[in-house]
Amino acid sequence: MKKVLELLKNNLVPIMFIIICAISIPISGFSTSYILNELMSRLGRNAFLILSLLIPIMAGMGLNFGMTLGAMAGEIALILVYDWQIWGIPNLILSCIISIPISVVLGWFCGKMLNLAKNREMVTSYIISYFMNGIYILVVLYLMGSVIPIKHSDLLLARGYGIRNAVNLTTSRQCLDNAISFKIGGIKIPVLTLIIIFLMCLFIVWFRKTKLGQDMRAVGQDMEVAREAGIDVEKTRIIAMIMSTVMAGFGMVIYLQNLGTIETYSSHSNVGMFAIAALLVGGASVDKASIGNVFVGVVLFHTLFIVAPTVATKITGDSMIGEYFRVFVSYAVITIALIMYEIKKRRQKSDAGRLLAEAQQNKEENK
Amino acid sequence: MENNFAPLLEMKNIKKNFFGNQVLNDINITLKPGDVLGLCGENGAGKTTLMKILFGMEEIAQTGGFEGEVFIDGEKVEFKTPFDALNAGIGMVHQEFSLIPGFTTTENILLNREPSKRNIISEIFGERLNTLNYNEMTGRAENAIEKMGVKIDPNMVISEMPVGHKQFTEIARELSKDNLKLLILDEPTAVLTESEAKALLESIKNMSNNGVAVIFVTHRLEEIMAVCNKVVVMRDGYVVLDKNANETNIKEITRFMVGRDVKVAESHSELNLDENADIIMSIKRLWVDMPGETVRDVSLDVRKGEILGIGGLAGQGKLGIPNGVMGLYEAGGNVIFNGQPIELNNPRKCLDSKLAFVSEDRRGVGLLLNESLEWNISFPAMQIQDKFLKPLLGGLIKWRDEKAIKEVTDKYIDLLNIKCTSSKQKAKELSGGNQQKICLAKAFALEPDFLFVSEPTRGIDVGAKALVLEAIRQLNKEKGVTVVICSSELEELRGVCDRIAIISGGEVAGILPANESSEEFGQLMVSKVK
Repeated sequence: MKKVLELLKNNLVPIMFIIICAISIPISGFSTSYILNELMSRLGRNAFLILSLLIPIMAGMGLNFGMTLGAMAGEIALILVYDWQIWGIPNLILSCIISIPISVVLGWFCGKMLNLAKNREMVTSYIISYFMNGIYILVVLYLMGSVIPIKHSDLLLARGYGIRNAVNLTTSRQCLDNAISFKIGGIKIPVLTLIIIFLMCLFIVWFRKTKLGQDMRAVGQDMEVAREAGIDVEKTRIIAMIMSTVMAGFGMVIYLQNLGTIETYSSHSNVGMFAIAALLVGGASVDKASIGNVFVGVVLFHTLFIVAPTVATKITGDSMIGEYFRVFVSYAVITIALIMYEIKKRRQKSDAGRLLAEAQQNKEENK
Repeated sequence: MENNFAPLLEMKNIKKNFFGNQVLNDINITLKPGDVLGLCGENGAGKTTLMKILFGMEEIAQTGGFEGEVFIDGEKVEFKTPFDALNAGIGMVHQEFSLIPGFTTTENILLNREPSKRNIISEIFGERLNTLNYNEMTGRAENAIEKMGVKIDPNMVISEMPVGHKQFTEIARELSKDNLKLLILDEPTAVLTESEAKALLESIKNMSNNGVAVIFVTHRLEEIMAVCNKVVVMRDGYVVLDKNANETNIKEITRFMVGRDVKVAESHSELNLDENADIIMSIKRLWVDMPGETVRDVSLDVRKGEILGIGGLAGQGKLGIPNGVMGLYEAGGNVIFNGQPIELNNPRKCLDSKLAFVSEDRRGVGLLLNESLEWNISFPAMQIQDKFLKPLLGGLIKWRDEKAIKEVTDKYIDLLNIKCTSSKQKAKELSGGNQQKICLAKAFALEPDFLFVSEPTRGIDVGAKALVLEAIRQLNKEKGVTVVICSSELEELRGVCDRIAIISGGEVAGILPANESSEEFGQLMVSKVK
């Protein structure tokens, strides 16, 4: 009984979401196959991005918006490759390759900054992502077409420079998802995408067993002890950040090929928020996240995403509410998860006092 | 034969001062392989500083380095960082654990020295992507654990371990280093149970038989007698006793540790030891969760009008008592003050009931560093007792009474001889001693019935010390305020207090009149050390 209670206490957020989903799905009136189909599509779209959050968490850098920088790198790479008119799978591979150097530079910068703001990584990386968004807009809106050569005018705004608001990936659309795929009961399974996600999971499992992975875990748990043991804490943290941005760059390419359109000025902006929210819904906390959390999170968070607008519309009769509801939910999740994390820490602290009181009691009884 | 070899360690004429405070004077220590040196002395005697010098801790260099020379195997060495010391074969187990909580014993023992295997990816990206060789890690960890002769599970996670096992893990980490010649153990048995401590002493003997020299810093003298072949006692930065263990005894060591043979402490003439006096504060079964100063089970009666000292070695819990009663750290138990129970964990309630506290943490808790002296002295009285406030508009608005504030500030500046340019000077610009006096003035301005003073003389010079203590004594005599002073310096307590309670292992080891002999106090101090 006590164990069950403890289990419930530790998984309050996922349980809350299971309940909300269980209530919402019947109200929405969607068919199971529709929901599953959507869910599979979103799983392929988002899982890789969320996986990119795991490594900074392992290195003690918390829920990190640094991945947004990687997402920007992925977008820039996709735009450039579009201009070279390379399509299909080669488009995606080339985009990934191009994104690497950009991601590395951005990740290095972000890592440097976060080393100055230890224990405040979440809010610092959030602000850095806004700052970088400004630079991204400068590059895409003003430099592309004027300084950075862009040949194809269908990419450019009418004035001759700057990229259009929406870039249609045309033939690259879902090329990864469709490369190997089949349908079971009307549900499309994007096999190749899932294989890539699976390989990524394998990589993370393997990486934990490497020297670098071990160092990151050590740094994540206690920077001072790690430093005393001779581990270069700062460098290790920067590497973790770079790995995260590079992975997020790849993740963004996968994400956008599934959508088929780059919303040039907004695609990346919510990616970090939704990835973090999904991870938290999956039961992760600021200092602990597993691959399991990623998948549980994707399923629960996106189920709600699929059904929420319809449910809200049905209840209130206003379709705007649904959209509002989605955003509200993701912020609410993050807030709740952060508060619960603090409560847990407090509880551990008062445990120390309880132990002292118990020790007194025990001594009394022994007399 | 042996004399032909240079000793393993030789420290010659070591001197060190911290900002003009001479903490070490002409220390000479020599060790041969396999020697076990017991190093003891009261807090502040300089043991820790000496060990920090030997281990090359950065704070030594940051505070101006030290004088004297250190030789390892006859070669002069200069350690700039602990890593240099490690490379030279010196290992140190610190008082605070330096372990990764989520790692297993094995992972901690081999932290950053893990054996690893190459793989394709590491060929490209470098050694840090080598995979760890878990089998060999376990093997080496077990090996190190075996050297100690104790049983601990190499796969247990640190956070789930009893404290004793954590300590053994730390030692095993040092032992797993192949080049280890000298191991420094800083109060390793402080956290151990009796049986664990015994096992540790056995393992020290094992290490010594394997040719590893050990410096064993401890307050438990019987342990020194059990395992050490040499004893060094330090006091006030001097080595006062340096003998082979079989030529001395616990009594002699205690006397050298705490006693000033030459100068008998001048306890003040008439001790107030009235056993029939009312009990002003009665503490029953108090526990306090103050990190590093845990109070386990303290029951203590304070008599009205006396000055009670609370002494004991650092980390035994004496500082936890005032901090717990005043609600600064989580506490439990019962405290009755003037017949009224005091609500714990609520500082405001304590202050309302005319209790005041001068914290040992001057800069953190005690002072508003960026504010003027006037503010510092009057602020608590203003907040708590509505003093120095003028009611305006029929009490709707309260206005600060600047004139009254200046008056009271000047009074205390005068009384305590605070050196400052004016009452408007900022608190952070004063020296440590004068800051301490401001803290006292602040408490005095509350006109309390009962005053807790914690480490009143820490880090201040001799002249200021005398003044601070005199001010406390005056307050007690003239206003009849009951005072409880916590201090690590026994002599100081003996100079100002009527009775002294010694805290050891988070409990009261005994209460003696201040004119009792140093030896008696010394024995109480180490009696329950945990």
